[in-house]
Amino acid sequence: MNAADIKNAAKQTLNAIKRSILIIISILLLISFLINAIPKDFFKTIFTGNDILDSITGAIFGSIALGNPINSYILGGELINQGVSLIAITAFVLTWVTVGVVQLPAESVMLGKKFTIYRNIFAFITAIVIAILTTLTLQLFL
Amino acid sequence: MKNFLVKTDGGIKLFIIVIATYLVFAFINFELIVASLNSFLGLIVTILPILVLVFVLMFISNLFLNSKRITKILGHESGIKGYVLSIIFGILSTGPIYMWYPLLSDLREKGAKNSLLVIFLYNRAVKIPLLPVMIYYFGLKFVVILTVYMIVFSVINGILVDRLLLIQKR
Repeated sequence: MNAADIKNAAKQTLNAIKRSILIIISILLLISFLINAIPKDFFKTIFTGNDILDSITGAIFGSIALGNPINSYILGGELINQGVSLIAITAFVLTWVTVGVVQLPAESVMLGKKFTIYRNIFAFITAIVIAILTTLTLQLFL
Repeated sequence: MKNFLVKTDGGIKLFIIVIATYLVFAFINFELIVASLNSFLGLIVTILPILVLVFVLMFISNLFLNSKRITKILGHESGIKGYVLSIIFGILSTGPIYMWYPLLSDLREKGAKNSLLVIFLYNRAVKIPLLPVMIYYFGLKFVVILTVYMIVFSVINGILVDRLLLIQKR
């Protein structure tokens, strides 16, 4: 490794920063806007009591939801105490991290439209499948 | 205008749309915009260290990893080792998902395969520092079972996305 290698690596990194900084700022502005625009008790009103329907609802709202995953655990824990099924909450917690509707434009610009669409669709379906499997497996061990 | 939109880079387009949304809502609900800007500043402070970490990692990868080496570690010939590395890196990575897009885009340009990027992004759901909180709310058994399924399905997702993209390329 010599000075030219370091200079070249720094140049490549600066180009990557230039390419991505505006996208990151846009996403942060979008997230900040949605966090404030959506009422805090909104999630409590959307579950019906039907396991399958609620798991899809959970996965949809987890996909749209934003913020640190710790918030999904706290909210999920609260919702379970209020009678929402474990399947629904598992799907909700999973899509919270693995599917990002708000991040779709940024992911699409950086990693490609097809990649983004396929990845998010599979992550969405997988969340529901894992939610069902986890709950069934858990019942075997109870 | 149409020409301008077609020629403009995707990142700039996104930025213009977001700024326009803020401007429109500044007239409809000014308090919402003030609260949003406050949240934005808070988020910037929170993510800045992670962003710096990502760019440092990017510099290191640019310095030590050339296309040939990345193709060997994360390319189509990487085999099971590539899967295991992506799972481990995904689990160890911190911060919001979008912070990692620039690095992943860079790695792919140098030869990393799509399935490994998918596996990396999926395993970010397994957060070691947050496991105690998850165990507190859902119990140890639930967390262990869920984590195993997440790792297994991350690989299945990765392979499926990779195959679909390859089929479309042909």
